[in-house]
Amino acid sequence: MKTNKFQLTLFAIIFTFISCSKDDDPAPEVVNEEEVITTLEVTLTSGSSTIIMKTQDLDGDGPNPPVVTVSGNLTSGIVYDGAIKVLNELETPAEDITEEVEEESDEHQFFFTPGGGLDVTTEYSNFDSTGNNLGTQFKLTTGSASSGRLTFTLRHEPTKPNSGLVDAGGETDVEATFNITID
Amino acid sequence: MFRFFLIVITLLNFLNSHSQNCNNEFSGRVIDLHDGRVLIGAIIFIEGLNEQIITDSNGAFSISNLCNKSYVFEISHPQCKTKIETIRVSENINRTLRLEHHIEELNEIIVYGSSYIEKSKTLTENIISSEVLEKSIGSPLGDILANLSGVSSFKTGNSVVKPVINGLHSSRVVIINNGVRMEDQEWGEEHSPNIDVNSLDKITLIKGAGALQYSGNAIGGVIIAETSNFQIKDSLYGKILIKGETNGRGLTTTSNLIRTKSNGLYSSVQFTFKRFGDFESPNYLLSNSGAKEQNASFRLGLNRFKYGLELYYSIFNNELGILRSSHVHSSLDQIRSINSEIPLKINDFSYKINPPKQDLNHQIFRLKGFNRFELLGKLSFQYDYQQNNRLEFDIRIGDDKYKPSIDLELKTHSIKVDLDSQLSNLLNIKSGVTGRYQNNFPDPETGVRRIIPDYNKYDLGIYSILDFQINDMFLLELGGRFDYSSMSVSKYYRTSFWRSRNYQDLFSDLIINEISSQTLIKTKLIFKNYSTTFGSRYNLDDNHSINFNYSIASRMPNPSELFSEGLHHSSARIELGDLRFNSEVGQKIVFNYIFQNKNINLSVNPYLNLINDFILIEPTQIQSSLRGVFQVWEYRQTNAQILGLDIDASLVLNKNFYLNNQFSILKGRDLLRNEPLISMPPVNLNNEIVYQNQKTNNVIFSLKSEYVFRQNEYPDNNFELFVPLSQTTETVDVSSPPNAYHLFNFNSSLDIITNKNYSFSLSFSIRNLFNKEYRNYLNRLRYYAHDLGRSFIFGANYKF
Repeated sequence: MKTNKFQLTLFAIIFTFISCSKDDDPAPEVVNEEEVITTLEVTLTSGSSTIIMKTQDLDGDGPNPPVVTVSGNLTSGIVYDGAIKVLNELETPAEDITEEVEEESDEHQFFFTPGGGLDVTTEYSNFDSTGNNLGTQFKLTTGSASSGRLTFTLRHEPTKPNSGLVDAGGETDVEATFNITID
Repeated sequence: MFRFFLIVITLLNFLNSHSQNCNNEFSGRVIDLHDGRVLIGAIIFIEGLNEQIITDSNGAFSISNLCNKSYVFEISHPQCKTKIETIRVSENINRTLRLEHHIEELNEIIVYGSSYIEKSKTLTENIISSEVLEKSIGSPLGDILANLSGVSSFKTGNSVVKPVINGLHSSRVVIINNGVRMEDQEWGEEHSPNIDVNSLDKITLIKGAGALQYSGNAIGGVIIAETSNFQIKDSLYGKILIKGETNGRGLTTTSNLIRTKSNGLYSSVQFTFKRFGDFESPNYLLSNSGAKEQNASFRLGLNRFKYGLELYYSIFNNELGILRSSHVHSSLDQIRSINSEIPLKINDFSYKINPPKQDLNHQIFRLKGFNRFELLGKLSFQYDYQQNNRLEFDIRIGDDKYKPSIDLELKTHSIKVDLDSQLSNLLNIKSGVTGRYQNNFPDPETGVRRIIPDYNKYDLGIYSILDFQINDMFLLELGGRFDYSSMSVSKYYRTSFWRSRNYQDLFSDLIINEISSQTLIKTKLIFKNYSTTFGSRYNLDDNHSINFNYSIASRMPNPSELFSEGLHHSSARIELGDLRFNSEVGQKIVFNYIFQNKNINLSVNPYLNLINDFILIEPTQIQSSLRGVFQVWEYRQTNAQILGLDIDASLVLNKNFYLNNQFSILKGRDLLRNEPLISMPPVNLNNEIVYQNQKTNNVIFSLKSEYVFRQNEYPDNNFELFVPLSQTTETVDVSSPPNAYHLFNFNSSLDIITNKNYSFSLSFSIRNLFNKEYRNYLNRLRYYAHDLGRSFIFGANYKF
């Protein structure tokens, strides 16, 4: 009889415990992805001429493709100063991820890959703390009139120094391709 | 044993017997349930009369002077499980009483009911004994189970190992750990069971859904992990096991200490520590593949003949490194990794576990008890609480570097009441009801959108199983179960995804709010699932028996199948679930032919599993984002069929030598698309030769060959990708299975000292004897690295 009483008490305790659980939970808080890169903006300047190439993907890994714009054509035989900005525009104000990339310069590097007949050469203008290439600043020299693709790749933890994407390794943080024409 | 009976007799002395004019006689035989052999020296104790009768050399007994009423008989035999039977006596009766022959589990009846003794009476059961478990300490559960025919392991690297039963895994395999149904986020392909294998004494595998007392949704099968029961005597004993391995330069130790008393009180404590550094494939190091584990469990209880009570607590802590080079950010990284013969990142050996890694914690608190009622049967009660914390770390930058990307906390409360009644000598009925409340909390502090949403889930399950021993040869089993589940979910969808799926038309009423390109919805999903099992066992003679089982199991879709919506780094793919899924319903037909004699043991086990609305994931398109190009994998429902055959055989060659053989083959098909199912285990064949000599310190040597064929049936999920560097379009081959491989393992052990008070034994093994380089189709990281190379394993085992 003693056991029965004990068991009954147990049942009572547990049912009370379970019935305490609440059903009407408050809405969970929204998560704005912190290190998502929504936007890559490349500014090419030469004297008074400025060309902006921009790719923006506001839904991140969602189904919408990035929106790519190039403000104009390049001119042949000119050296442009290039600056790359990566942003997270899901946060307000937009978070400038370039700062993080530059802070952890040893662990990052931009790569520039021309293709499809585009006649350009590139050169790094800024470097990490050990003097290896970083590439948020670069120089782009246009050759003859041509058109093709230019791909910007940001690698995290690449092998440094390297001779380019071929032996850089690391993981891809950003990969953006622009269709460009040189007049 | 003798002490135990003294207790029983003392207990029963309190009950008074009535004397009246009684002339009935009860006679019969006591036989072994399994093979029908007569049991000599079985004791039949008559409750109320305080009288005991012992069976003669024919197993026969006769009890006279019984009145016209119901008597409770306790039938026991030194090598069998004690059985209680209530028999109504109204005239002279003759009955055959059956006992289950099992030396190792002598006292099991005291704590557990018959469902624990035989989990399913008509389904194939495979058991991993404590000796095998002691030899495999340090190995993941999935790897230990893969020693059984029909079981393979689904891996992510070498530490994350999931058991696959007849081709199915994750939510389709239910794991019962010490009577508690594990709720450890088992839906994930890269989520290994949160169980300390080293704390277990026995693992039973049921290849089917027949074990309805636990669950109705085990479309693949059930794994029952248990610790053994304690003897009722004054004793203090324990063990210490240590094992060192060269591959991974790791050490595992496990120890336990058990105190038992003759009044039925007992307590035990158990600890496990495990530490491994980077493992090695035959020719290179697998950087960041180490593992760290710290577990403990405690038990306190009272074993009495009529009632029992037990408290149990266990804590499991596991930190698992994921191969560094498997963390790819885009399909472009993936193609680089796949094309590279060796991983792209190989560092020096280290014990340190860096991201990507998993940090897991699982705690179980359980209280259970039982009481035997004379007419009703055995009534058991259990309450358990589980808390699972899962942290997954990706490679992140900036302030988020040390923050997990996934932080899930799953809390589950369950209560269970079971009644095991013996309606007659031949008919047994077991019924029960289970209630469960579960809460999932994904911590938003991660700064990464939740992979699994916040939810509250309520389950109610009711079951009943009937077994009917028609005669000495023929047993029928029939069971049914109903499960009701209600799940309240709050989830933020990406508005772009919500619209692309056209959910805004289908589920517009679910929307609560829209915040910065995300849509918050609240929904309540209800699933009603029915499961049944029907089986029979027919013993043709002493050597042959045939089992048949037909079962229907229903499984509600798991949170990942319903709500996935985002990028998975370990596979560089976007995974999308579907809110509209309904339960999948599997029908499994299993035959088992068993032949046993002195020298041969053979089990032939063909099966057919037909699953309606089977949920699978497959690639559907390519999607680009700023991170690069990704393959999109979407869950879809189809009808599936798995047809397979498992064969187990052993042959005793002479006094010291024997052979073991296992063979498994299965074919899985998507019936709607008429194509093979993905990730089905390839055909495999294992052969082992064992030398054992009990006279010379029980020395054992064995050599095992494992041949795994190439999986030739697989869906083609390859896709094309433009590579800017080479300005070419390349095919990303994510489908082609690796080649067949043949591995050899050597095992040996020796008992150094064995006496009444303590024993000490040593073991030595070599895994992958010839350091063979291979890749396993069921390893998600097979694209990035080879599997494990040779390992020398040293073990010591001290029991006192």
